[in-house]
Amino acid sequence: MAQQSDISSVGQLRPLAASELSMSGRARQGVKTFAKRNPLSAFWAVVAFAIVSVTLTAPYIAPYDPLKPNFRVMTKPPTAEHYFGTDQIGRDTLSRVIYGGRSSLFVSFIAVVLGTTSGSLWGLASGYIGGTFDMISQRIIEFLQAFPDLILAMAIAMAFGTGTWTVIVAVAITRISFGGRIIRSVALSLKEIAYVEAARAVGASTFRIMALHILPQCVAPYLVLATTHLGVAIIIESSLGFLGVGIPPPTPTWGNMLAESLNSGLVPPWWLVVFPGLAITLTVLAFNLVGDGIRDTLDPRLRGSR
Amino acid sequence: MHKYILRRLGFGMLTVFGVSIIIFVLMRILPGDPLVAVFGMEGFTKLSEADRAHYMAELGLSAPIPVQYVRWLGDIAQGRLGKSFFRDESVADLIIRRGPLSAEIGILSVILSWILGLPVGIISAIRPNSVMDNTARFFSILFLAVPGFWLGMLIVLASLFWFGYKAPLIGVSLWADPWTNFQLIIGPAVVLAVGQAAYIARMARSSLMEIIREDYVRTARAKGLLERLVVVRHALPNALLPVITLSGILMGFVLAGSIPVERAFGVPGLGRAMFTAVIERDIFVMQNLVFIYSLVFVVINILVDITYAWFDPRIHYQ
Repeated sequence: MAQQSDISSVGQLRPLAASELSMSGRARQGVKTFAKRNPLSAFWAVVAFAIVSVTLTAPYIAPYDPLKPNFRVMTKPPTAEHYFGTDQIGRDTLSRVIYGGRSSLFVSFIAVVLGTTSGSLWGLASGYIGGTFDMISQRIIEFLQAFPDLILAMAIAMAFGTGTWTVIVAVAITRISFGGRIIRSVALSLKEIAYVEAARAVGASTFRIMALHILPQCVAPYLVLATTHLGVAIIIESSLGFLGVGIPPPTPTWGNMLAESLNSGLVPPWWLVVFPGLAITLTVLAFNLVGDGIRDTLDPRLRGSR
Repeated sequence: MHKYILRRLGFGMLTVFGVSIIIFVLMRILPGDPLVAVFGMEGFTKLSEADRAHYMAELGLSAPIPVQYVRWLGDIAQGRLGKSFFRDESVADLIIRRGPLSAEIGILSVILSWILGLPVGIISAIRPNSVMDNTARFFSILFLAVPGFWLGMLIVLASLFWFGYKAPLIGVSLWADPWTNFQLIIGPAVVLAVGQAAYIARMARSSLMEIIREDYVRTARAKGLLERLVVVRHALPNALLPVITLSGILMGFVLAGSIPVERAFGVPGLGRAMFTAVIERDIFVMQNLVFIYSLVFVVINILVDITYAWFDPRIHYQ
């Protein structure tokens, strides 16, 4: 059992007590609780881990060079040599799916780490400091939320020109507003709690209070947010790739592989469509379910209701 | 209520204004000379200095940035929305020509998503953890993860594979040829609807399950009402409120999602125009289309908020 903290009124998600974070024993306990309560999520966590491992070790696992054409086996359906078939210039689809995952996951991870984190820190500051700063921050976040996220990402990707970092920035900016809103509400409710007031009374600086007293409580909601954002980021990244503003070919990504499959004339070969899309679906599914599991584990109010 | 509507509209105006500034700044930091985009690298180097200045002035790009911005606002106010770099067509004409198809897809997808998602959510909430519930939840989790454009590509492939069917490729208006028009929009609408329905079913389920536990529902049961009536007449109206809000938020999903989905189906709607603008780096078309999409999104969410306030008498807006 994870220890219950007495601040259960905070936000939608139970914040971790500071002591729970520092101890690795508690973390191990947490993983056990997670697995016992959510066997389904635990299973998908293993799947997610496997997907990440495969993409990380791509150079050792991929059977062929993802960029090397082989004109003897152009547009061949799956065979014993090429499990996922080959594309129009004879590149091995399986290898490209593996390497594609590498770029797609890299972009999504970094984008979430940058976007969700900066949004969350911003939300924390804006919630705790309040006043004019909060007012202005809220308006800017509203402006960002007025864009459907893929459209904002497209505009940014177009503005900065094609490249891996452009895509990362484009996806990251769409994530900022969510962190800003959710963590702000957590910070707002923590602001009035006795121990924070006590810190203020003994003269701790604003920065110190935010870093040492508010921040640790925001870790749990941040984790849930970040896991769910991973799935969204992967979908946005592949949509950008599909629309030709993602990472440019020849580097394979799941999105640009699907876009390239359309270049082969009127009817794309089924294996060029099915496998990259299946990879997206499986990965997003895994991250979403892991996110659900983390939320259930961290939020006692949701326990038993699902 | 009137005051609330006015205030909501005021904030909406402010948001639209902020959005226009963000778009304008983004479209002006575009790397490279816009003339390179128009003439290509080779054509660009062949132009003389005077020609370049002439074209820049003609495109309105040589004026100072704030002047350009004010001109753009004026352009929007007059409903012209600027001209394409490459085609002799104003963006307003482009929207009039291609917009209806995308609007039909959007509206049909919202209707379908309610038809699909709501019953599933209700059944799940009434019989939690039944086979029906688990199946429904499996599919809603699955469809949250399936990218719409891929589902679209699969549908196009499968219908060709098994039925030898290919949807028409030309844009036809609803009034000219309803059947062809329907064949064009049904695919994208279904794909977008399935994605939304997954969210709606989840939300309807959890919201209804919460409401069903409330005292007034127990009272309704205690006085001997049919279970069907208790759910439909007493619990459902209140459970629907969060679903309405969600449906408004999901409009972002529809507006943005329609761009890759229209490409997957080859439907010549506004999403395809946006795709073309991005590929051609046509900043005027992009600037105005992004603005229109965001405007539609903001307006729909204002409407949703007002609907919400109107449906829920418990809320008093000061």
